[in-house]
Amino acid sequence: MIEEPFASGNSIIHRIDPRFRVAVAILVSMEAALLKDFRAMAFALAGSLALVFLARLDLFHVLKRLFSLVRFLVFVWLLIPLTYEGQAVYLFGPLAWSREGFLLCAQISLKSLAILLFFMALVSTMGLSTLGKSLKALFVPGKLVHLLLMTYRYIFVIGQEYDRLETAIKIRGFSPTTTLHSYKTYAYLVAMLFVKASIRAERVHQAMILRGFRGRFYSLDTFTPSYRNWIFFIAMMGLFIGTLFLERGSVWPITIRF
Amino acid sequence: MAHNDTILIQISGVSYRYPGSAQPVLDDLSLTFREQDRLGLIAPNGSGKTTLFHLIMGLIKPDQGTIEVFGKKVEKPRDFIPVRRKIGLLFQDSDDQLFSPTVMEDVAFGPMNQGKTREEAIEISRKTLAFLGLENFEERITFKLSGGEKRLVALATILSMEPSILLLDEPTTGLDARTKSRLIDILNHLNLARIVISHELEFIQSVTDHIYTMENGRINLDEELHIHQHHHVHRHGKQPHKHV
Ligand SMILES: Nc1ncnc2c1ncn2[C@@H]1O[C@H](COP(=O)(O)OP(=O)(O)OP(=O)(O)O)[C@@H](O)[C@H]1O
Ligand SMILES: [Mg+2]
Repeated sequence: MIEEPFASGNSIIHRIDPRFRVAVAILVSMEAALLKDFRAMAFALAGSLALVFLARLDLFHVLKRLFSLVRFLVFVWLLIPLTYEGQAVYLFGPLAWSREGFLLCAQISLKSLAILLFFMALVSTMGLSTLGKSLKALFVPGKLVHLLLMTYRYIFVIGQEYDRLETAIKIRGFSPTTTLHSYKTYAYLVAMLFVKASIRAERVHQAMILRGFRGRFYSLDTFTPSYRNWIFFIAMMGLFIGTLFLERGSVWPITIRF
Repeated sequence: MAHNDTILIQISGVSYRYPGSAQPVLDDLSLTFREQDRLGLIAPNGSGKTTLFHLIMGLIKPDQGTIEVFGKKVEKPRDFIPVRRKIGLLFQDSDDQLFSPTVMEDVAFGPMNQGKTREEAIEISRKTLAFLGLENFEERITFKLSGGEKRLVALATILSMEPSILLLDEPTTGLDARTKSRLIDILNHLNLARIVISHELEFIQSVTDHIYTMENGRINLDEELHIHQHHHVHRHGKQPHKHV
């Protein structure tokens, strides 16, 4: 099921207003995604590492998450240089790995690592409901935010229902094989899950109507302002502008090339 | 039992059949529910208890018969808006009732919909949670609560709307003996008219005055279970409690 290993914590980062963190994470990630200069990328990566360090994240979970990215990157490194045109640096029979391909892979790796680390340090350090509220505060439409929250809420219920159904078939001696019986059983299981989910959705809606729901959600949260938020914001702007400087050689004009 | 004569809910000759099923679940059912009434309902599984609650709340429409709430016939969706403000239904399954990420948001959802301000809603939610002994639950994540905790929080989401009638659909499922006696205390402190569905005789005796059964889609009024009524010794409980 979905875990939030970083959500609760007491680091400097955790104490920053979530809205600031979300806004900054979006900004610096977008910047990182558009970078072309290796020095700028290294700078952004260093910045993201510093943030992860400041957030005092559990190293085990950090590595676990990085691992899923690394698995993907391995394929990138194997395949892209093979299919990318340019000066061949390595030949193996009819196969040629290109220099330009390798450079592109290096870029992809640095950027995606930086972005993942930014999000780990800044966004996954809050619970999903807080993320929802921050998005709402940042003018993401309320309906979209509630779709996100409700999905999150009921994924657990549906997950539990799946577990129950699976237990139900297991305790009656079912073990999956490649027979038609197995496929049929799994088809039933999935079908039941959909049916149950839709019945559940209906009843939840009924319960909401009984409590006076008329299509409008109200938020209870107010965020308390603090000077820390602005210090954080200024520091992050430093990172943003520093990266931009390395990328462009100057800060003005801030038109980002595509 | 002496009671005030004001009729809160009057159900007359109501029948209901689920679409696609052959047998009606409720067949010519009538019931008069008065102010101060505390009514228990014990009946076998599948006898239509939950269905009856859903009819009263207007979640489904009767095929025949009429329902009057507070002396007014309810038919159209609009008629049910005041009904739903005054009657709190506790669902049989708490997972249907709790949908907000945190307990506080869920409990405040009803009051906010009733047009209360943020501060008022939070205030009343705090009081309700405290009344139920759930002071530290405000920031808890609803779907990470235990079954029994979910039950109490679900009750809080109803009580925060300050209803005058409670419809409780098997409130004790999943509660241990201690939580159950806490619930009995809570309910006896609430001076609210109620209909309580339960399969537990002892519980239902402690929180209601009359116990009816259902048979063949009807409420058996003649055969009110004549169980000796006793006032629960722990009416005011040993545990400290606050009043809303
Ligand atoms: N959505 C539905 N569609 C079709 N039939 C239904 C539906 N809900 C309930 N029924 C049927 O209506 C009958 C009464 O159901 P209801 O849920 O009211 O029973 P109940 O008295 O609350 O039972 P329990 O004690 O098990 O909660 C049952 O036979 C059930 O199969
Ligand atoms: Mg039922």
